[in-house]
Amino acid sequence: MEELKNTGATNRSEYMNFVVKFHKMMVDKKITLIYEGEVTQEITKAFTSMTEKNLEKVEEDGKIKKKVYHVMVECLQNISKHADDDTQTASDSLEEGLAKTGIFLIGNDQNQYFITSGNGIANENIPALKSLIDNINSLNQDELKQLHKEKMRETAISDKGGAGLGFIDIARKTGNPLEYHFEPIDENNSFFLLKTIISRNSNEQ
Amino acid sequence: MEALIIKKTEDTPAVHLDKNEGLFEFSGKSLPEDVTSFYGPVFDWIAQYGEAPNPITKVVFKMTYFNTASSKIILDILMKLEELHEAGNEVMIEWHYEEDDEDMQEAGEEYSEIVEIPFSFIED
Repeated sequence: MEELKNTGATNRSEYMNFVVKFHKMMVDKKITLIYEGEVTQEITKAFTSMTEKNLEKVEEDGKIKKKVYHVMVECLQNISKHADDDTQTASDSLEEGLAKTGIFLIGNDQNQYFITSGNGIANENIPALKSLIDNINSLNQDELKQLHKEKMRETAISDKGGAGLGFIDIARKTGNPLEYHFEPIDENNSFFLLKTIISRNSNEQ
Repeated sequence: MEALIIKKTEDTPAVHLDKNEGLFEFSGKSLPEDVTSFYGPVFDWIAQYGEAPNPITKVVFKMTYFNTASSKIILDILMKLEELHEAGNEVMIEWHYEEDDEDMQEAGEEYSEIVEIPFSFIED
């Protein structure tokens, strides 16, 4: 009896400890929103309107507010465009090769907002995605503008409803490089993380 | 010709395309789940309008936000209007942006560099 009780108590406290730690980590990293699961249009609308309200409450600058909104929509829709996919990760195209579920985090400190999204990707699609982002990161604002124009003229809307402009647009709107990481899951799949920084108190693009 | 009127929602713009009234306007936010299906009727309407357009077509954009997929669709709409212009009809774009919204201003300027239609810019 005593033993059972202890086990229960231990389990509970382990879980509670985890929650306490998790909460502390969120506070330390100033994470205001964290989500794991399927990203739908409803989720996108809910998160963006919640964040808009939060930013209004702290009287954030209008331009920064727009940038945060913009990046959030692109990141969330990058994931949600694939919500009707049966395949989780495997596919031969970039558009289809990203999973429908993922994580989404937003946090900030005094100087910047951090928006991070993550979802699964088939390993075979990594080189193309990596070179796409590396190329964007190597360009200055004028070159990004040119690339954006070219892509807008050339590309058609895909079956998934994407225009292939999201990353270019994020880089242009924020003026900061896109930070990414591919965390291996198994021999075929990885977890793709993308972190975007939006600088505060700055008149930069 | 029947007007195409779509009320705005949280993620789709108001569309007002009325040949008789001579009013052609898009306003609000555009981040639909499926851009192709939302804008499908707009393309159909423009195609039909192109068969017998008004002498002057002034299209007003009062967008406060659009996602990248919508930005591509807006270019497609402008290119359809450019065809109308090239066919000898008078077409012009009135591009509105909210005060200090440089991103929206710049988006309009970029479109004006891509398509050969006269643009006027208005800060609201």
